[in-house]
Amino acid sequence: MGRAGYILRRLLKGVIVVLAIIVLNFFLIRAAPGDPAMALAGEAGAADAEYLAKLRQDFGLDRRLHEQLAIYMWGFVTLDLGYSYKHGQPVIKLIAERLPSTILLTITAYVLSLVLGVVFGTVAALRVNSWVDTTFTVLALVFYAVPLFWLALMSILLFSVVLDWLPAVGYATVGAGHTGFAHVLDVAHHMILPTVALSLFYLAVYARLARASVLEVSRQEFVTTARAKGVDEGRIVRAHILRNAILPVISMAGFQAGHLVGGTVIVETIFAWPGIGRLAFEAALGRDYTLLLGVFFLTSALVVVFNLLTDLIYTVVDPRIEVAA
Amino acid sequence: MTEFWRRYRRNRGAVLGLVVMIAVVVLAASAPLVFPASPWKLAGRPFLQPLDPVFMLGTDMLGRDIAAGIAHGARVSLLVGLATALASTLIGILIGGTAGYAGGRVDDALMRFTELFQTIPPFILAIVLVVIFSPSIYSVIVAITAISWPPVARLVRGEFLTLRSREFVQASIVIGQGHARIMISQILPNAMPPIIVYASLMVASAILLESALSFLGLGDPQLMSWGFMIGASRNVIRIAWWMSVFPGLAIFLTVLALNLVGEGLTDALNPRLARDVRR
Repeated sequence: MGRAGYILRRLLKGVIVVLAIIVLNFFLIRAAPGDPAMALAGEAGAADAEYLAKLRQDFGLDRRLHEQLAIYMWGFVTLDLGYSYKHGQPVIKLIAERLPSTILLTITAYVLSLVLGVVFGTVAALRVNSWVDTTFTVLALVFYAVPLFWLALMSILLFSVVLDWLPAVGYATVGAGHTGFAHVLDVAHHMILPTVALSLFYLAVYARLARASVLEVSRQEFVTTARAKGVDEGRIVRAHILRNAILPVISMAGFQAGHLVGGTVIVETIFAWPGIGRLAFEAALGRDYTLLLGVFFLTSALVVVFNLLTDLIYTVVDPRIEVAA
Repeated sequence: MTEFWRRYRRNRGAVLGLVVMIAVVVLAASAPLVFPASPWKLAGRPFLQPLDPVFMLGTDMLGRDIAAGIAHGARVSLLVGLATALASTLIGILIGGTAGYAGGRVDDALMRFTELFQTIPPFILAIVLVVIFSPSIYSVIVAITAISWPPVARLVRGEFLTLRSREFVQASIVIGQGHARIMISQILPNAMPPIIVYASLMVASAILLESALSFLGLGDPQLMSWGFMIGASRNVIRIAWWMSVFPGLAIFLTVLALNLVGEGLTDALNPRLARDVRR
């Protein structure tokens, strides 16, 4: 079984996880105080008798539990995530509108933290105990401990309020009407602060991990052998050390994807980024359970996609995987 | 114990972390004495700058004392941090210990269950739980525990898996000790060092999570917390920097101190815990 088989098995695992999350959703809504119909309708004065009766019928709340579960799961499979009474729109539509900007933000932050983390970690490891190494270690400790939301606020305070270099909030300049490349630049300009805020913690994590990993691989015999053979030092770092040292970092990145996606709630709320993280925040404040659980389901699915993506990167980078799988 | 302290002391950062942690504990314990009035009380004029003779850290937009808020907020942070670390450790030991000891299908099932919880975006699950059970100190603790136990379970499983095959455990099986007794009296004490280290790091991450929930307005509405104070400062950040800077520093220093203590414990207990097994 080669790469395709490996990916296929991962895909199957992802599908099972998604199904399990739907089941979890189903029980969560029933754990809410009161009748699930009441919870589904939300507390926003939406609970008039007629609507409740309709909800009870739609969800088959008078039927047996496993039948209810089947109805509920069928809804998710057909991408019917329910109706947000507060927004007066189907949940799937609300999410679909916001999903692209979240994907843009998270993928950029994911790639940025991974690439820079590996670069910084490697540089630190190759100059162990130098001032560069010490600086990175201290910075990593700092970013481990800074609350994401505070970092975001402080970066607004510094770069938008005091220095006035970067826009504090939003996705693009309102009313500027940029098109084409100008629009891309405008969005990129607005993206800098949220992306950096979201990335820094993970950058610290990956840098520390990459440092430890590079140090370990550097001590392996095949590196000594390569040196003894007179292989060029740059090639030793790239082809011998990094190729092996990067593997635990990639695994970790896949593992952290859920945290990254969860972090968007904070970052998008603070920077008024029109994504599903902010949608989740609004749903939480408005007690819009249907919408909140819809976002919960979709972000979980997004993590499954991220994990698949990570596995894919892994198969490309790890030379052993074809054999191992 | 002296050996433990000698090794701990060698890590200067860890000593500093311990000093800061003691200061935070003293601050939390003395809050009702130093600031007997409720931190919600409108104590002075609004927007007083720091270094005011009465309000050292200034006041917020309603005239609440920032210093009082920080002192009382320390209580919430420590309570949530300790309670969730304790609860998550217990759940982690129960699930991870059972999986590692039993092996086979039990192990498989429990680990798939753990993995599921690690796939779900933890912070969003915490929000869902807090919203569904309505925000209170209890629901916050439950929510953070629900997302904090999986790494403990994996850690404990690994330890139990290795220790199970050791001779002293095999000997206990041969002399007919019960499984529960072997797990608790033979394996667990030997697995404790990495668990203790992880628990100290978990207090730190729980404090971060609690502050993030409170920041979003999903904390206990009755209790003053650091995250809430920063959340309240958001709209006035342009005119009152101190409202967000001081509580933020409080969170940062506490979490940093706990992480440093965790590193000191790693050195002192010398467990085979890789430093990167955090979060």
